Amino acid sequence: MHEEKIFQDKLDREIKIEPQDWMPDAYRKTLIRQISQHAHSEIVGMLPEGNWITRAPSLKRKAALLAKVQDEAGHGLYLYAATETLGVTRESTIEDLNSGKAKYSSIFNYPTLTWADIGAIGWLVDGAAIMNQVMLCRTSYGPYARAMVRICKEESFHQRQGFEILLTLSRGTVAQKEMCQDAINRWWWPSLMMFGPKDDDSPHSKQSMDWKIKRKSNDELRQQFVDICAEQVKVLGMKIPDAELKWNEKKQHYDFGQIDWEEFWNVVKGNGPCNRDRLEARKKAHEDGDWVRKAAMAHAKKSKHKKQQTKVG
Amino acid sequence: MNILVRKYLYGDIPEDNSGGQPQSKNNGSNDWPLWEVFIRNKQGLDHKHVGSLHAADAQMAIENARDVYTRRMEGISIWVVESKYIHASNPDEADSMYDPANDKIYRHPTFYHLPDGLTHI
Ligand SMILES: [Fe+2]
Ligand SMILES: [Fe+2]
Repeated sequence: MHEEKIFQDKLDREIKIEPQDWMPDAYRKTLIRQISQHAHSEIVGMLPEGNWITRAPSLKRKAALLAKVQDEAGHGLYLYAATETLGVTRESTIEDLNSGKAKYSSIFNYPTLTWADIGAIGWLVDGAAIMNQVMLCRTSYGPYARAMVRICKEESFHQRQGFEILLTLSRGTVAQKEMCQDAINRWWWPSLMMFGPKDDDSPHSKQSMDWKIKRKSNDELRQQFVDICAEQVKVLGMKIPDAELKWNEKKQHYDFGQIDWEEFWNVVKGNGPCNRDRLEARKKAHEDGDWVRKAAMAHAKKSKHKKQQTKVG
Repeated sequence: MNILVRKYLYGDIPEDNSGGQPQSKNNGSNDWPLWEVFIRNKQGLDHKHVGSLHAADAQMAIENARDVYTRRMEGISIWVVESKYIHASNPDEADSMYDPANDKIYRHPTFYHLPDGLTHI
């Protein structure tokens, strides 16, 4: 088929697919799901961190956390806008999240128990997200790739502020050091799960690779992440909670232990510690904002009407 | 362990009938319209398209664009235009539209061969 050939030819030559271009239905559907779920993750991701904004230990930390959370809202917006270019409305996308139909990254179903969690999230969770997002800067769909470039530029401050929080704690009192290690212990494994199931267990991601939506496999990205973190943790003088973590001279990579996939599936299926809270919070925000959206629209219509009348008069 | 979801699109997020389907639902009158945002990032440069957002009116679109697209001094001037007023060329006609320009190499300075000694030209 002619159109199919043009599409494939663009992929082969690393030319981006743009909204007006012909694309296979399945490609479009895959993108709608992936980009909107990515958007939902940015939005829900504000909740665990938002939990600490009012309790940040200093004005500097508070300002930084506020700025980071605001960035995440922006990331959500860039991605929702990219989703819309594929022919879905913003309203229906958000409706899918609020009705529980659409998923978001499971990492945000874990609670933030101490201030150190904010550090661990910045270092590990944003770190893992960056790994994924850097890869997605080269994704084949133009609007998605452009959103990713913008997002990646903003992300590096997120990770650095997180690491700095942990670094400060790691040089503090015994209690602060313990708090730091405890946060790393709790966030390490869920962060590794962020990359998704093992390659053998995600047979469909091959199609995404063929379409050049995804450019690296789950396991590749995860390995890259482990290699980097295993070195960075030394700067903190902390430990990664994995007895099997060991440098493998032959592979030139770190070996690491088994991920608890049972826990993973449990959280995915909605039984994580905070799944219900997160969704409730999103729904409440949406419902509480309803009158604001309506009032703004009514005001806009009214003032437009007024303007037209003065022109006539 | 009962595994129901198989397909993973972005990291750990599974596909199980989740996420929207393409559709052309008419915007309800309470949904804010979509705006395209153009930003000039330095005096003397053109405004450039940076993305889009929803807003009730132009004023709000500019304010939201400020918050979303210029948090790090990325701009000194913002244009917004409602997306429905943007007209675009048809990508299917790209061949016939731009191809004729391709063989007019005499429109480029490198087409003209001049002696090496000649300067300032
Ligand atoms: Fe983000
Ligand atoms: Fe981030």
